[in-house]
Amino acid sequence: MPDLAIADLHAAYAGRTVLGGVSLNVASGDVVGMIGPSGSGKSTLLRVLVGLLPPVSGLVTLDGATVDYRRKADVRALRDRLAIVFQQYNLFQNMTALENVMVAPVRIRGRPRTEVRAEAIDLLSRVGLSERMNAYPDQLSGGQQQRVAIARALALKPEILLLDEVTSALDPELVGDVLDVIRGLAAAGMTMLIVSHEMSFIRDVASRVVMMADGSIVEEGRPAEFFREPQTERARAFVGRIRWHRD
Amino acid sequence: MPHGVIEQIPRFLTWYNAAFLLRAASFTLALSAVGSVVGILAGGAIAVLRRTRGWALAPLRGLGTLYVELFRRIPFLVTLLLVFYATQLGGYDMPLFAIGAIAVSLISTAYLAEIVRAGLASVHPNQWHSAAVANFSFMQTLRLVVIPQAWSVVLPPAFGFFIMFLKDTALASQVGVVELTYAGKTLNNRGFAPVLTFGAVLLLYFAMSYPLTLLGRRLEVLVARPRHR
Ligand SMILES: Nc1ncnc2c1ncn2[C@@H]1O[C@H](COP(=O)(O)OP(=O)(O)O)[C@@H](O)[C@H]1O
Ligand SMILES: [Mg+2]
Repeated sequence: MPDLAIADLHAAYAGRTVLGGVSLNVASGDVVGMIGPSGSGKSTLLRVLVGLLPPVSGLVTLDGATVDYRRKADVRALRDRLAIVFQQYNLFQNMTALENVMVAPVRIRGRPRTEVRAEAIDLLSRVGLSERMNAYPDQLSGGQQQRVAIARALALKPEILLLDEVTSALDPELVGDVLDVIRGLAAAGMTMLIVSHEMSFIRDVASRVVMMADGSIVEEGRPAEFFREPQTERARAFVGRIRWHRD
Repeated sequence: MPHGVIEQIPRFLTWYNAAFLLRAASFTLALSAVGSVVGILAGGAIAVLRRTRGWALAPLRGLGTLYVELFRRIPFLVTLLLVFYATQLGGYDMPLFAIGAIAVSLISTAYLAEIVRAGLASVHPNQWHSAAVANFSFMQTLRLVVIPQAWSVVLPPAFGFFIMFLKDTALASQVGVVELTYAGKTLNNRGFAPVLTFGAVLLLYFAMSYPLTLLGRRLEVLVARPRHR
C-alpha cells in the first residue's frame, strides 16, 4: 500500500525559499488534485518528491519509511515506485514512441525484451497510439507526445503517478484525449498527484483538492465543497477567477 | 610553364622521389590519425568528466578544464617545442615521430574535448531529468540518451578540425619529422621546380583530406536524424 506522507517540506533555489513547509498525504488510491497560481511551487514540490531537487528540510515517508534524499539508494528505491510526467513531456528525442516506453524497463530494470515489448504495445494502444508507435517525438503532436510520456511512466509500473500540468503545453483541441487517459487511470484505481489548471477535470476526477500559494498549502478539501465554498480568502479569490470553459 | 619544368618531369617522376613523398605523406597521415583517435577518446573522456557532479571528482574536473583552456591557447609550435625539449631534458631518446605524435595528441585532445563538450551541452537538460527519474545512471544517460543526440552537433566541427589538423601537422617538421610539407621542401632544395614539388604535395594533401570530408558528410547523414535512416 503506497502511502506518501510529506511533512513540513522546505525547498529553495540558490538560497531563495520556494517551498516554505508543505505537508500533504497521498494515501493509496487517492487522486489528489493540486491547483494554485503559477509560481506557487507546485512543480518544485514534484521535483523534490522525485529527487531532482534536494529538499532543505522536512520529512518524506513512503509506507512509513523515511526517504533520505541525500542517499542514492533511497532515491533509487523511491524512483522505482514513483513516476512523473512533466509539462513538456520530455520524451527521449533519439527514440521512437515504442523505444521511449521500452527503454527503462529493458535497459535499466533488465526485464525481458519480448515481454516488455508486448506491454509497451498494449500501453500505447491504451493511450490511442497504436498507429504511431514507430514515430519519433518530433513527428508527433504535443498531445500524442504527452500520451507517450504517460505510457512511458506507466511502463515502470509505478505505485504513485505524479502529473505536472500535463495539458498546459497542449493546443486546446488536444487536451481532451490526454485527460481521457488520466480519467481512465483514476477509474482503474491509480494513485495520483495531479497538478493541473483544468478545474472541471480536477473537480470530476480528484478525490481531494489541495491549493498551493506562495510555497505552501493554503487549503485542502473534497472537490465538490472546495469549488462550491472555498474557506480561505486566497482560495475564494482563485476559484472566483476560474472560467469553467469545459462545462 | 617556367623554363625547364617540362624537361624536369621525367627526372622528377622517379620511384625514389615518389617513395620519398609517399613516405612523408604516410607520416602526415599517421600523425593526424594518432592525433584524431587519441583526441576523440581522451577529449571525449575529458568532456564527460566535466559533466560529472559531486565533490569526489571536483579536482579532476578542474584539471580537465585547465588542460582544455590551456592547450587551446598555446600555439601548436610552442606545444611541439615544449614536448621536444621536455623529452630532451628528461633524457629520453625518443623517436622524432613519437614526439610529434605526443604533441599533436595533446593539442587535439584539448580541441576535441571542447567540441564534445559543446555537443553534450546541446542536448536539452530535460533529457537528463527524464532519464534520472527513471533511474538511469550517469553513464546510461550518456550512452542511451545524450551521446546519440550529441553526434549530429559534434561531427561537423570535429571533421572540420580533423581536416585543419591534417595540414597543421606540417609543423612537426620543426622538430625534424619528415612529413609531407618538409619532404616537398627537401625536393625543392634538390633543385626541382616548386611547381612540381609543391604541386605533388598539394595533390597528396588533397588526396588525404578530401576522403575525410566525404566520410564526415556520410557520418553526418547517418547520425543527423535517426528517424530518416
Ligand atoms: N530552476 C529554477 N531556478 C530558480 N528558480 C526557479 C526554478 N524553477 C522555478 N523557480 C522559481 O520557483 C518558484 C516556484 O516555481 P514552480 O515550482 O515552477 O511553480 P509552479 O509550478 O507552481 O508554477 C517560482 O518563483 C519560480 O520562479
Ligand atoms: Mg509548474
